[in-house]
Amino acid sequence: MELTGAQILLESLRREDVDVVFGFPGGAVIDIYDQLPNYPLRHVLARHEQGAIHAADGYARASGRVGVCLVTSGPGATNAVTGIATAYMDSVPVVVITGQVPTPLIGNDAFQEVDIVGITRPCTKHNYLVKDVRDLAGVIKEAFYLAATGRPGPVLIDLPKDVQQARCEYKYPKTIKMRSYNPTYTPNPKQVAKVADVLRKAKKPIIYAGGGVIASTAGDDLVWLARSQQIPVTATLMALGCFPANDSLWVGMLGMHGTYAANMAISHADLILAIGTRFDDRVTGKLSEFAKNAKIVHIDIDPTSIQKNVPVHIPVVADCKSFLAALRGHLEAAPAEDAPAPAERHAAWLGTVAAWKTEKPLTYDQNGGAIKPQYVVEVISRLTKGEAVITTEVGQNQMWAAQFYQFLRPRSFISSGGLGTMGFGFPAAIGAQMACPDRLVIDVAGDGSIQMCIQELATAVCYDLPVKIVILNNGYLGMVRQWQELFYKKNYCATCLDVAPDFVKLAEAYGAAGYRVTDPAQVESVLAEAFALPKTVIVDVVIDREENVAPMVPAGKSITEMILV
Amino acid sequence: MRHILSILVEDEPGVLSRVAGLFSGRGYNIETLNVAPTLTEDLSMMTITTEGDEAIVEQIVKQLRKLVTTLKVVDLTGVKSVEREMMLLRVDAEGSKRAEVLRIVDIFRCKVVDVSLDELIIEVTGTQDKLGALINLLQRFGIKEIARTGAVAMRRGMQE
Ligand SMILES: Cc1ncc(C[n+]2csc(CCOP(=O)(O)OP(=O)(O)O)c2C)c(N)n1
Ligand SMILES: [Mg+2]
Repeated sequence: MELTGAQILLESLRREDVDVVFGFPGGAVIDIYDQLPNYPLRHVLARHEQGAIHAADGYARASGRVGVCLVTSGPGATNAVTGIATAYMDSVPVVVITGQVPTPLIGNDAFQEVDIVGITRPCTKHNYLVKDVRDLAGVIKEAFYLAATGRPGPVLIDLPKDVQQARCEYKYPKTIKMRSYNPTYTPNPKQVAKVADVLRKAKKPIIYAGGGVIASTAGDDLVWLARSQQIPVTATLMALGCFPANDSLWVGMLGMHGTYAANMAISHADLILAIGTRFDDRVTGKLSEFAKNAKIVHIDIDPTSIQKNVPVHIPVVADCKSFLAALRGHLEAAPAEDAPAPAERHAAWLGTVAAWKTEKPLTYDQNGGAIKPQYVVEVISRLTKGEAVITTEVGQNQMWAAQFYQFLRPRSFISSGGLGTMGFGFPAAIGAQMACPDRLVIDVAGDGSIQMCIQELATAVCYDLPVKIVILNNGYLGMVRQWQELFYKKNYCATCLDVAPDFVKLAEAYGAAGYRVTDPAQVESVLAEAFALPKTVIVDVVIDREENVAPMVPAGKSITEMILV
Repeated sequence: MRHILSILVEDEPGVLSRVAGLFSGRGYNIETLNVAPTLTEDLSMMTITTEGDEAIVEQIVKQLRKLVTTLKVVDLTGVKSVEREMMLLRVDAEGSKRAEVLRIVDIFRCKVVDVSLDELIIEVTGTQDKLGALINLLQRFGIKEIARTGAVAMRRGMQE
């Protein structure tokens, strides 16, 4: 059948099982919008392209499916760039469609022309400019395939207006094979055997899990490995939820704001199983001091992650799930009869780790009349029984959410890790709520960050999304203030948010509900009431202004050099 | 250490900027770069010489492989290979200088590809070392301009 480019796009989205598109229209995509009502796709009209792209990202993170975002050329496309880079840094599968000026005008500085393929080249997994409508179906197929396979990431398709209008015979490819792209999923059996071998010999092993565990749906496999082999587990910000926080083997997040136990354990381990992670500087601290005593086994689907920051003893290029299945095969097939059981072999180590946990747990000073942000997160955790989807903004709020919420399963924690994008949490919550209509979705926000995409309140209200925003309001760009306090002689330059909106009135102005809490005794009841309300709600919690996130490893220091409370 | 990388890529718009952007974005250094068609219509071969320690070059190779438009990357350093570069030089060859310049051209097995009253254009092919030596020798006559292709290289055939 013969279709226009716009129809080809929409029909192909349908065939990719896309059910929702987050977008914002403009001259260069009107043809697509003109056809949209004819297709079984829900469209969520954001109020800013940054909102649309973060929502598509949040949808993808919450569901494991590809998020789709549609924006116009020029400013529409550039407004999406921050969100594209956010998805790229955290390996999130998103397909972004940008309108472009008609092909004869490309290169002429036409109205709303921008070289978005050039601009996004370093922050997409791949991108396309489609100049011929006959290429379009194949490009869309490739884009979805690239976004979701291997190490996932955003893929952008730039679609000129005349290509949207041109017609051609439509045939959507059923299968796909690309000669220049073949990610390695299955691990090399020899490497797996080596891992099994060192694991049997280890006395002080630890699992260091990253976002790849969640991306490859390997949470259960990881739980099996840890429990059957009695290995303590730490995880990065990106991997929170991959291992239940109420398990005694859980030692908490590691790195700059990691727990004392996690940073001590990784520094004293004799074997580190790094699974689906990339040894980011926020995790390792000073590289030359990192895990000096350990053999490092590193599993990642992206070969560039391996040996990039730290020398690795056993590299394994593989999908985490395939690797864990293969390792399980090994461990179950040949139980070394004479060897002591893991629990016995690791007994001393497990004791040491447990002692670190009880010696210096995450804590805060509960005295005084002000509301402690950590307490607020604890209450949220308790009220939701660890079952909510928590998104965060960036800064102290993000770290308190990561530290004090008890995550029990994958895809429960959605946060901008790699890029640290303020304004991410709320639109991401909108996307997550679209993906999980039956789950409670809460954005743990800061008073600074929430203002970066506050316009999306209209979106949430418009689509009846009962997203909750809990603002940990300290009247500061708190994380920057914390650095100024600790490392810049308290020179609080440009971090005090003297003028702020009345968030309760603001919520009401948009048709959402608003609450303000100033008394610790009211935190629980107000949050409970807000969570029960079937509408968009802001809870503005006025917290202790100069509370700091602890522990903290100063940038560039070894991760054992933690500033505790 | 200097490395020569042979990179087989899809011949499509933007491929060069993907590769060049990778080097500039990650702070790697491109010493020479050559791109040309191959026998297969839609594939191009890039040859890049770069400088870096083992760990950096390993990253460069992996990052190049990761580009969706790359089919194959070979590091020809440490592999038995032949390397050649072509260079054109415009050399001052007025009066008495001319004979001596021509003698050097002869010894280096270069070609004179253009002659005028006061200068010669010389074409030479060889390794980087040979090209360097020729430049050194001709410098005192006055080299007015040079144009170089950058290195190209190929793995040698099996010898046993
Ligand atoms: C878009 C963007 N701009 C600037 C920063 C730098 N930054 C990191 S945390 C932070 C403070 C955030 O303030 P707030 O949202 O109130 O969170 P708090 O730390 O107070 O909880 C800033 C400015 C950033 N991460 N993102
Ligand atoms: Mg704040």
